[in-house]
Amino acid sequence: MKSRKIVVTAIAAVAITIGGILFAADHNDSPTVKNQPTDITDVYVFQATDPNNLVFVANTQGLLAPSATAAAAFDPNTLIEIKIDNNGDNVEDLVIQAIYANGKMNIYGPVSPSMTGTMSKVEGAITASVDVTPYSASSPVTATGSNGIKVFAGPRDDPFFFDLDQFKAILAGTATSFNNPGTDTFAGTNVMSVVVEVPKTLLNATTGKINVWLTTNKKV
Amino acid sequence: MKQQLIKYSLIFFAFGIGFTACKKDSNNNNNNPTLYQQDDQMARPAINTVFISAANKDQFNTTAPKDMSATFGAEMKTKLLALNPGYTTNLLGLTPDQFIGVLSTDVLNASTTGTTSFYDGTHVLTGRALNDDVIDVELTLIFGGPDGSANPGLTSDHVNANDAAFLTTFPYLANPH
Repeated sequence: MKSRKIVVTAIAAVAITIGGILFAADHNDSPTVKNQPTDITDVYVFQATDPNNLVFVANTQGLLAPSATAAAAFDPNTLIEIKIDNNGDNVEDLVIQAIYANGKMNIYGPVSPSMTGTMSKVEGAITASVDVTPYSASSPVTATGSNGIKVFAGPRDDPFFFDLDQFKAILAGTATSFNNPGTDTFAGTNVMSVVVEVPKTLLNATTGKINVWLTTNKKV
Repeated sequence: MKQQLIKYSLIFFAFGIGFTACKKDSNNNNNNPTLYQQDDQMARPAINTVFISAANKDQFNTTAPKDMSATFGAEMKTKLLALNPGYTTNLLGLTPDQFIGVLSTDVLNASTTGTTSFYDGTHVLTGRALNDDVIDVELTLIFGGPDGSANPGLTSDHVNANDAAFLTTFPYLANPH
């Protein structure tokens, strides 16, 4: 196992030397997750159209060409977890969890987790569940849980935009500035997305501020 | 008779526990839960990709935010000053130590009481909206100097919006291509 990791690391090092690993928001950011269902591309947190709600977007499996998107799937052994600190100590007080099973994305929480840090378990009961929207669908399938949590899961346009290729050229020393206009490296690509809209009252945010991070966790 | 009843009750009780344990084992028993080990994490955009060396990227992804600053702060400061050797302060008035102090605990700050924006000139780190040009914000804070005007070729990638229009209703993200 250790030697395999060294080999993988060595290959990754070579890939970086020749400019093979992408720099992006978080797409393909480390050897372990590159091209894996656990690879996070982006996380977004914003006020919903209904100002009483907050939206959490967890995007994974980036740079999907349209031709590859129909075959893209969520992994039943990957726990997608939005971690929320509501008292400023950068330790999660609440988690919102999403895990795929039998065509559905099941949401757990927001719930106070029984363990914090880099090991997780599914916490509590399902609070919302939605059929994963197939690539062929003309409109997104959404569902609302009993406590007002809305959920969507399925392929979406990658909302990230960046002239990544020119940034790489700058870092490599083959260019000294960005182009104007730039070229969006992520145009025309898709991601596997989980979107959860949560009533703010469920977040216990007594200070009006929360700290959020997104994790993916592989079944041990 | 009474003894027999107690005996049967105990047997039933034992079975009851046994069944409960079996049932929970297949889901998530607190005594023997299915565990999930962290593989990747992200909060602010591009922190791992820009500031962390190739050798440490997996480690960054598996370090809890509360431990990141102590583990990666020095490396991130070195990287900042390698990217921009002329860095003094940035548009937020942050020295290298102050800027890295913010970045090296990688959490996405969000407001639950108002406008959510990565940076819109007024709101600083109150969330991340879909149309926020987070890359230009980060480039400006890294390369733009105290008033954002330094290194003008490096402070915007001149890609200012997504290629697809976002939805005005849930789930907000555009349909796939």
